[in-house]
Amino acid sequence: MNFPILSVITFLPMVAAVIMLMVPADRKTEVRGIALATATFDLLLSGWMYLQYLLGGLSGYQFIEQYDWLPALGISLKFGVDGMSAPLVLLTGIVMFTGVLISWGEYKPEKHLSAGIQDRPREFFAFLFLLAGGVFGVFVSLDLFMLFFFYEIAVFPMYLLIAIWGWVKTREYAAMKLTLYLFIGSVVALVGALAMYWTQYQNTGVLSFDMLVMESAGFSQSFQYIWFLPVFIGFAVLGGMWPFHNWSPDGHVAAPTAVSMFHAGVLMKLGAFAALRVGVMLLPQGAKDWAWLIMAFAGIAVVYGAFIAFVQTDMKYMIGFSSVSHMGLVVLGVSTLNHDGLVGAGVQMFSHGVMTALFFAITGMIYDRSHTRQIPELGGIAKVMPFATIGFIIGGLVSMGMPGFSGFVAEFPIFMGVWGRQWMVAVIASISIIITAAYIMMNIRKVFFSPMPEEIEKHHIGDVTVLDKVAIATLCFFMIIIGMFPSVMVPMVESGVENILRLLGGA
Amino acid sequence: MFTPVMFASILPEILILVIGVVLLCVEPFWKEDQRRNAGWLTAGGLFFAIIISLLFGQPGEPTAVFGNMIRFDWLGFFFKILFMFAGAVTALLLMDHDKAGHRGEAYVMLLASLLGMNLMAVSADLIMLYLAIETASIPLYILAGFLLGDDRSTEAGFKYLLFGTLASTIMLYGFSLIFGFAGTTNLYKLSELLVSGDISVLLAFTVFALVIVGLGFKLAIFPFQFWAPDVYQGSPTPVAGFLSTASKAAGFAVIVRFFIVAFPSFAPSWTLILAALAAITMTVGNLLAISQTNIKRLLAYSSVAHAGYALIGVVAFSQLGAASVVFYLAAYIATNLLAFGVVMAFSRITGLEEITDYAGMSRRNPWLALMMLAAFLSLAGMPPFGGFVAKVFVFAAGVQANYTWLVIVGILNSIIGVYYYLNTMKFVYLYRMPNEDEENHPVPLTRPYAIALAILALGVILVGTVFAPWFSWSDAAALNLF
Repeated sequence: MNFPILSVITFLPMVAAVIMLMVPADRKTEVRGIALATATFDLLLSGWMYLQYLLGGLSGYQFIEQYDWLPALGISLKFGVDGMSAPLVLLTGIVMFTGVLISWGEYKPEKHLSAGIQDRPREFFAFLFLLAGGVFGVFVSLDLFMLFFFYEIAVFPMYLLIAIWGWVKTREYAAMKLTLYLFIGSVVALVGALAMYWTQYQNTGVLSFDMLVMESAGFSQSFQYIWFLPVFIGFAVLGGMWPFHNWSPDGHVAAPTAVSMFHAGVLMKLGAFAALRVGVMLLPQGAKDWAWLIMAFAGIAVVYGAFIAFVQTDMKYMIGFSSVSHMGLVVLGVSTLNHDGLVGAGVQMFSHGVMTALFFAITGMIYDRSHTRQIPELGGIAKVMPFATIGFIIGGLVSMGMPGFSGFVAEFPIFMGVWGRQWMVAVIASISIIITAAYIMMNIRKVFFSPMPEEIEKHHIGDVTVLDKVAIATLCFFMIIIGMFPSVMVPMVESGVENILRLLGGA
Repeated sequence: MFTPVMFASILPEILILVIGVVLLCVEPFWKEDQRRNAGWLTAGGLFFAIIISLLFGQPGEPTAVFGNMIRFDWLGFFFKILFMFAGAVTALLLMDHDKAGHRGEAYVMLLASLLGMNLMAVSADLIMLYLAIETASIPLYILAGFLLGDDRSTEAGFKYLLFGTLASTIMLYGFSLIFGFAGTTNLYKLSELLVSGDISVLLAFTVFALVIVGLGFKLAIFPFQFWAPDVYQGSPTPVAGFLSTASKAAGFAVIVRFFIVAFPSFAPSWTLILAALAAITMTVGNLLAISQTNIKRLLAYSSVAHAGYALIGVVAFSQLGAASVVFYLAAYIATNLLAFGVVMAFSRITGLEEITDYAGMSRRNPWLALMMLAAFLSLAGMPPFGGFVAKVFVFAAGVQANYTWLVIVGILNSIIGVYYYLNTMKFVYLYRMPNEDEENHPVPLTRPYAIALAILALGVILVGTVFAPWFSWSDAAALNLF
């Protein structure tokens, strides 16, 4: 019997959440210790899983585990990863690890410094880990029912995390908005999934939620035409797809730092990934019929998000809208339904996840110390936080799609793929690259290198903690390594794309 | 002749009766401060009865016993277990109620009502059914008005009595029409007569409408939901929990058996009527719940809405549909009792029932707050709690029966539900008490609450994660209907 690595990765955070709740409320350090140990262990496991996949085989679904859960209705707990999901599992591990590190923070009331999570860390980490378990579960589930099960688990802790530990001014509004948007999306997709389930039963007489079985259910063209949009858009809401992106920047801004990292870094990928896995892979004909609409939406999102980000004065809003723009690129890549576009989308999901987590982490560090996120009010951060500055610049280069960083590896194939479908869209979407470069560079200049305003100076802000530096270094490491050696990720994603193209009929 | 099967078929009722009699004999001799131990006796006795019934009272092939009065099958058996579980937990929750916990009558009434509910679940004959419904209802009228000198409780008891007797009279009229035209009171014979076409469609629908009034009152579905908020608010909280779970489930037990067994030949028409009622019920329940400021009224409206969701499974008119109703009720009973249990535990210490009074509760007792979170998220239909799986099964049955529109209504409604459930949790987790000194106002739990809430919370999570055994039992319950 093989080691059930995927179950362990998925359920470990949930078990840790329960254990943390057992710890007395005032033992904050112990709680953080458990959290960090769990996150480290999960990161190592997911990294090991990634390497195993990379070195051994590079094809199909691996590490498959299957346990009958409810045979009468064809529900089973079936886990497995392919080239699309393996990088995302690793991404979740990275974000979880760094999220715990930067939530540790430091607390010096005499210097008005309260970085990280100081209020009820026990509940915070418990909810965060429940969420992480749900995210892992979605990425590794090969059973549609279980995918929904974990998807919902990944959604509702967001409400509590944002409403309780979020930014006081907007947290209630943003948390409720986010939860309702995501819940509506997921239940709409759920109706589609149930329709697929029964139609499969009518067609083949098989009662099963197994997605590998559903692939060959023989859904009719009209069925796919009707149900593709509800399923795809239902999930893509979480991917921040225009015009349903509205919840996302508000959520980013209101959330505490680690949750912003999770939200932008991982949860949005969850939406795009589920839309791809359930929408495109199970309803390929519908995907072909509607690709034009998805491409139009995504094209608008890419350019619109970049422009809106450009005019923001709040750093978190800026990053939030840049996420809309970058996730638009992911959906754009998916909508091409060709090899290049899908490979780009796969790499972009990972690259953007790491990059945006880094942005939010550093923004959080700055905010905790200077008590403002307004770009015009900030300045001279490079002098006091050199390490964070370097991190932000690296993230900025990734965001702009500079060669040598992961952003380039991701964006270049996407544009190639789009060009192959519709060159006009590629031209329009490429405007976003220029805009992105503009707002990132202006932000770096103002926040990090302009003279420090007096308001900030009198706070006597200090450097980030060692744990923060470890987090920044970890995130930067992955962006650079993929930029320098695309072969650590691209072949893997390609193997996943092969499978999708097979379902699409070699298109 | 009294055969072993007949004995097995009423084994749970015999045990309930024994507990009641023992209680009546023993309780008068206890001192005033010992009387709350009646709760331990009741709860322990009921858990014991559940175990004995599971060991010795399991039904085999469906059989008619006692001159076709009782149908001994899995549907009835599963519901009986659910009722007794709800009764046991309610007894635990009653124990530390200031005004009712030390009065033995309360537990006897509870047991009497349980006896009636158990018989409701197995009645195969209209006469038996009516007697069972009244046996279940009359003790509940008393329990609702149990708090002497409390105006709200008196009002609740009286209101419940008036509405309840009116509804059951109308239902009785329906029963008498059946007997007058068909010449039988047996549900299974009635079904044969209806299939053969000897009874006019008009009559069948008149009867259907009259019976819906009676059962609709029990389920608190639209347009018979008016009593629910007032009665829940006024009754002792554990009784309100019992009303909203066991009593409602008993109504469903009857509705499943009555309509599916007796009226299959008119299924397409009456399912449509029930579908409309279900859609209106959940919409009305959820919309009215949004603006509630009292937690018990909020739960009352939410339980109205939940009757609507569960009806989707009846409407589906299939084996999966019936199984999903049974599963839904199992999850719902555990969830709603947990919610009422938390409300009871909180108001026992604080005496407060407004939603705003829950501010800072997560700091006053983190575990109680977590239990409330589990209950409310389960009600909202979020995993890993029972409500999620239950909803998915009910919706799956609806989609299968081509009632996709009803499922979409259900889904829109659950979104409204998410809104007000989370809004309530916001007070528990986000807001603080006025002067932020929660640590000076703890909410300790007494042992009966700790036990009852732990059992319920575990139940809610188990139903939501390891759902295979529960579903196969529900499936077995639905198996013999079609």
